[in-house]
Amino acid sequence: MPGESVNVDAVVVGAGPAGSAAALALARAGRDVILVERGPFPGAKNVYGGVVYGRILDEVVPRWWTEVPVQRWVTRRSTMFMTPTQALTVDYRTSAWGDPPYNGMTTYRADFDSWLADKAVAAGASLVTSTVATGLLWDASGRIAGVRTDRPGGDIRARIVIACDGVNSFLAKEAGLLPRTSPAHTALGVKETLALPREVIDERFGLVGDQGLDIEMVGCTSGIPGGGFLYTNRDTVSVGVVVSLEGLAEAKIRPEEIVAGVKAHPSIAPYLRGAELKEYSAHLVPEGGYRAMPRLAVDGMLVAGDAASMLLAAALWLEGVNFAIGAGLAAGRTAAEAIAVGDTTARGLAGYRRQLESCFVLADLKRLRNAANVVLADRMQRDYPRLACDFAEQVFTVTNPHPKLGMAKEFFRAVRRNDVQLRHLARDGWQALRAFR
Amino acid sequence: MNLSYAEVSFDERMATAEFRVGQRAHITVDADACRSCTTKDCVHACPAGLFVPTSDGGILFNYEQCFECGTCYQVCDKQGAITWTYPDGGDGVVFRRG
Repeated sequence: MPGESVNVDAVVVGAGPAGSAAALALARAGRDVILVERGPFPGAKNVYGGVVYGRILDEVVPRWWTEVPVQRWVTRRSTMFMTPTQALTVDYRTSAWGDPPYNGMTTYRADFDSWLADKAVAAGASLVTSTVATGLLWDASGRIAGVRTDRPGGDIRARIVIACDGVNSFLAKEAGLLPRTSPAHTALGVKETLALPREVIDERFGLVGDQGLDIEMVGCTSGIPGGGFLYTNRDTVSVGVVVSLEGLAEAKIRPEEIVAGVKAHPSIAPYLRGAELKEYSAHLVPEGGYRAMPRLAVDGMLVAGDAASMLLAAALWLEGVNFAIGAGLAAGRTAAEAIAVGDTTARGLAGYRRQLESCFVLADLKRLRNAANVVLADRMQRDYPRLACDFAEQVFTVTNPHPKLGMAKEFFRAVRRNDVQLRHLARDGWQALRAFR
Repeated sequence: MNLSYAEVSFDERMATAEFRVGQRAHITVDADACRSCTTKDCVHACPAGLFVPTSDGGILFNYEQCFECGTCYQVCDKQGAITWTYPDGGDGVVFRRG
């Protein structure tokens, strides 16, 4: 219907986890909602770094674990501190995470995002794929009134727009909420998904049935602030790195070479022997967190998910999909209430932020707002992994006939040998304690 | 066929992802701006290796195997040298195991 426009209560842009959750909440509240997705299916454009934490899905589907497209349930998670030749690993496993109600899962985003979007559709939302929201529609008073799409006659007029259009959010930029570029707060994730027979994965990683492993690595990114990851799917292993854009540009190292370095590391290479590359992928990660967050509500529009930097990149905790779902649900509920009372101005939408503050989304992001800076600092990236590995090596090296030096002496020797200043160590330790308190 | 990282050429690597190539180039580059750029960060940082320096100091690019990540315009020092939009609806990269 060229020249005509569609009128709905709400239009949600982007059928990732934030958008599908928002559309679901609106549809369940009985609202007319269109969910616009630029890919041919939800998840086609999306990449993640390892684990979807499903607890928030309890609010979406009871017993979601019986139907979610899971690859493996994470029952083992490791953190590796690495130098080019060494690795000190903290490895935790529990069979409890392999039983309902579960903790984290690995999945393919093409499957997971499509599943979540289907929930929104089942609740009554209209999913329109292969359609780009090219810009905002504004009414005569300068208020956001919908979106323009790249379909002929594809204007969608709505009382509220929910921008879940991802890390590059052109809608949030057009609304003046985000700067055009923000390389200081953005990281690049690159990933390889490699095929191995299921039983080989089980054997190499010590897994049984649908148990899975997630490894996070520090000190493996060629000196560029960031980290590495490796996680298991049923019959593939995904391995990659997330590196600061500014650091990457400065280092002039190709992203795939950093991944190659991780794969060639003596503690990783044996896991991947003979694996066949199935898919190479890349995506930006908004790592600015709480401090880089835009205004979340303006007249006629809410922002959720990566578009609003709602991603927790805090070393021990790397979470994004769950934050997107939590924010999307809150955005959808707020929008439904605002439509019901007829006030979709920024003031009418103020409840969105309050809802996020009263749940994990803003509470965790605020609490851990300094964690990324602590983790990405040079000493934490380079000096301390080296110190930890060196200390471990000395402690576990038997030097007979010389007697053992003792832990304290070994530690101070390792500190000296690695040119670490004790006052820096003390200050960084204190800051880390504060950042993670 | 077993491809380990040492054996995979960059072309083979890129061929593992699906690209539904659209008619419209969703990236445009202002060659004049690039000639005065000394860092050319896009060349190193683009994970798909889409930007290639030319002998006259400019940049040659292709948009067809783009991951649509946005790295190029984020690292670009020259305001406005790289114009980057999404490909048209349904076009572009399709990740199956993202």
